[in-house]
Amino acid sequence: MKKILIIFAHPARTRSKINSALRAAVEGLENVTINDLYANYPDFLIDIKREQSLCEEHDVIIFQHPFYWYSPPSIVKEWLDLVLEHGWAYGSKGKALEGKLFLQAISAGGDDSTYQKDGCNIFTIRELTSPYCAMANLCNMNWLPPFTVLGIHQGLSEEEVEFHAKEYRRMVTALRDDRLDIEKAKQGQYLNSDLDSIIRGT
Amino acid sequence: MESFLLQLFIFLASAAIAVPIAKKLGLGSVLGYLIAGIVIGPFGLSLIADLEEVMHFTEFGVVMMLFLVGLELKPSLLWQMRTPILGMGGMQVVLSSVIISGIALIFLPWQQAVAVGLTLSLSSTAIVLQTLREKGLMRTSSGRSIFSVLLFQDLAVIPMLAVLPFLATIAIHDDGHSEAALFNISALPEYMQIIVTLLAILSIFFIGKYASRPIFRTIAATRVREIFVAAALALVVGISILMTAVGLSPALGTFLAGVVLAGSEYRHELESDIEPFKGLLLGVFFISIGASLNFTLIGEEIMLIAGLTAGLIGFKWLVLVSTGSFFKMEKKDRSLFAVALAQGGEFAFVLFQFSRTNGVLPDQTIEPLISAVAISMFLTPLMFLVYEKFSTRAQGDDASRRTSDTIDHTGHKVILAGFGRLGTDLGRFLISAGIKPVILDYDADNVDILRKFGFEVYYGDITRLDLLEAAGAAEAELLVIAIGDVDKSRKLIELAGKHYPHLKIAVNAYDRASAHELMDMGITQIRRETFGSALALGQDALKLLGFDPYEAHKLMRIFRKKDEEMMPELHKMHHEGEDSYISMYQKHNEDLEKLMMLDLNLNIEEIDKAWTAANPEK
Repeated sequence: MKKILIIFAHPARTRSKINSALRAAVEGLENVTINDLYANYPDFLIDIKREQSLCEEHDVIIFQHPFYWYSPPSIVKEWLDLVLEHGWAYGSKGKALEGKLFLQAISAGGDDSTYQKDGCNIFTIRELTSPYCAMANLCNMNWLPPFTVLGIHQGLSEEEVEFHAKEYRRMVTALRDDRLDIEKAKQGQYLNSDLDSIIRGT
Repeated sequence: MESFLLQLFIFLASAAIAVPIAKKLGLGSVLGYLIAGIVIGPFGLSLIADLEEVMHFTEFGVVMMLFLVGLELKPSLLWQMRTPILGMGGMQVVLSSVIISGIALIFLPWQQAVAVGLTLSLSSTAIVLQTLREKGLMRTSSGRSIFSVLLFQDLAVIPMLAVLPFLATIAIHDDGHSEAALFNISALPEYMQIIVTLLAILSIFFIGKYASRPIFRTIAATRVREIFVAAALALVVGISILMTAVGLSPALGTFLAGVVLAGSEYRHELESDIEPFKGLLLGVFFISIGASLNFTLIGEEIMLIAGLTAGLIGFKWLVLVSTGSFFKMEKKDRSLFAVALAQGGEFAFVLFQFSRTNGVLPDQTIEPLISAVAISMFLTPLMFLVYEKFSTRAQGDDASRRTSDTIDHTGHKVILAGFGRLGTDLGRFLISAGIKPVILDYDADNVDILRKFGFEVYYGDITRLDLLEAAGAAEAELLVIAIGDVDKSRKLIELAGKHYPHLKIAVNAYDRASAHELMDMGITQIRRETFGSALALGQDALKLLGFDPYEAHKLMRIFRKKDEEMMPELHKMHHEGEDSYISMYQKHNEDLEKLMMLDLNLNIEEIDKAWTAANPEK
């Protein structure tokens, strides 16, 4: 059984329907730890040692956050800048994250059509999250495509929110229980494009 | 009694007239005193009666000065300076003595020549230190070198006093006036002399290290200021007597006592208590040097004395410059070093007097030499002026380097007034940030405990100007006031504003009303004492009620910002009559409530806008 760390970042969590729902769906699962950055560090003074040992203790690291201006909320950048130290995360002696699975769980306003070359955002989600792919690469982590919930500006219905929450729980549980076909998952646009095809068993 | 008072009046009045004039002309106080001395001396208005007596008595000013110098030198610092003291000081004294003796050998028998060489190798601690301090050069690297040499010279006086009697060639005609030094102890057998001398020095260490603290604490607890002054004076005078009794230089003894007490929390208090006495005594001492210039003799032997003076300064200059280059001083430092130390010193008067009574030197040799020494001392402040003219012209980029040097050595750039409830954490915080403030507190017990934990805390009432001075206000950059009594804070701010306008000030206010009083004085950095904790607790409360921690934090910051913005407005109301202030205050409280509500809603709206999914176009 893999241990999963969800690094959660939302500056106004109580007012985010989708992120609250996704989080609630995995909260309390065995071997799943949720690390809420804004709640733990409201003054942005990140405890580097604590964050590093959290990473070391887990096998899968998920960044769950909304997509603001094509990026995670600002505290995630602060986290990367401080926690991913040379000699720990990367560099010839930086092996702490080696072999761990990494992925993002993103909620974004525009729908899939806006995140295309001819859409209003010009770039795809995969392109826009490429810095995180590069980060995972440099830290010798095993990168997976993002779990993506799009089109929330149109307003998601209760059913849709519930559906995504269930999918998220399925994905996290499968990762934990090693039932996810990593190599196949890497081929997809989004991790949740077709969960059925990459999850083995039930 | 009347004549004593008259003499006192003449000295004080002449000083009070001459020093401000000299200062105004940019000549420095030492030159002012010397000129005052000439004016009231036997060749001026002839107003002084017993010059030698006055000079003898006021030499005590030098003793006090060395005590004060010692107070500023922790033993560790002194140890660090052992190379310049022994190296530079030793080289200067030995080379000067040898060269001057060598030249004197042309005119005098060797014993006399050696005595003259030794005596003239010394410089004037009194004039040089006073001038260095006045010019703020004490803590520069050249200032330290100069001080090291002076210190070595003060030490060298002791063996000189021991050696001189062996150089006697003239039959002593005892004029019934025996030297006080060496009197008591010489009756004892030699080994006892050594033991007694060692005991005396040990007792200084013991008194300074262990006995002084409880004594001063007890006295401080009485809060009667003059008793503390009395105790401080008694300490210095007592050590002088002890040192004289065992045949050591009282200046050296008090210097040692000063060094031992340098780490004490009462250091600044002692400093500010002794300082005025030292200043006055030294002033009168300088006046008496001015008065002692024998113009009849100078007139008669003008060529001889001019030659002696020029030779004295010239050869000492050469020795100093070579000492400076030997120790790889920078060129600019080297010239200050040479300018500062090229004169004869007040110890020359003492040693010449001693040589006379011990039959080492005849009067006709001593008289012109004393005149030359006095003239060289008189020229020293003038030489400083010339040096300054040249060095400021040649300086340019060097100026900035020198100021940073000063700061570096000073270390203390912050004065923290008050180390109570608020000051403790404030002080800890500053220290953690690598800033070592000079901390002053008026509670002796408090000071005591805090020092045990390694804080640099001093006892004293910061609203006294002299203590503010002693704490280094002239060099400090910032004054942080952490005292609860707003009247005291105001007094301190007034004092600092008047005398140290460069000092930045940050101050705590007991409550909103005190904050307004402080704002009246034009202070901008004001923190209300309980405001920070109130908001921090408020934030905790919100968290305990289940608010999102980040939101609680944001609400706190928004509240703080609004409150800060409100302060100037409230302050303006404060001036438009008490009544309207109160009603405005109440109104503002209501406003505050509204503001908070509005704030909360606004915040939510803002968050909704920025951080949730409502598409404005949809």
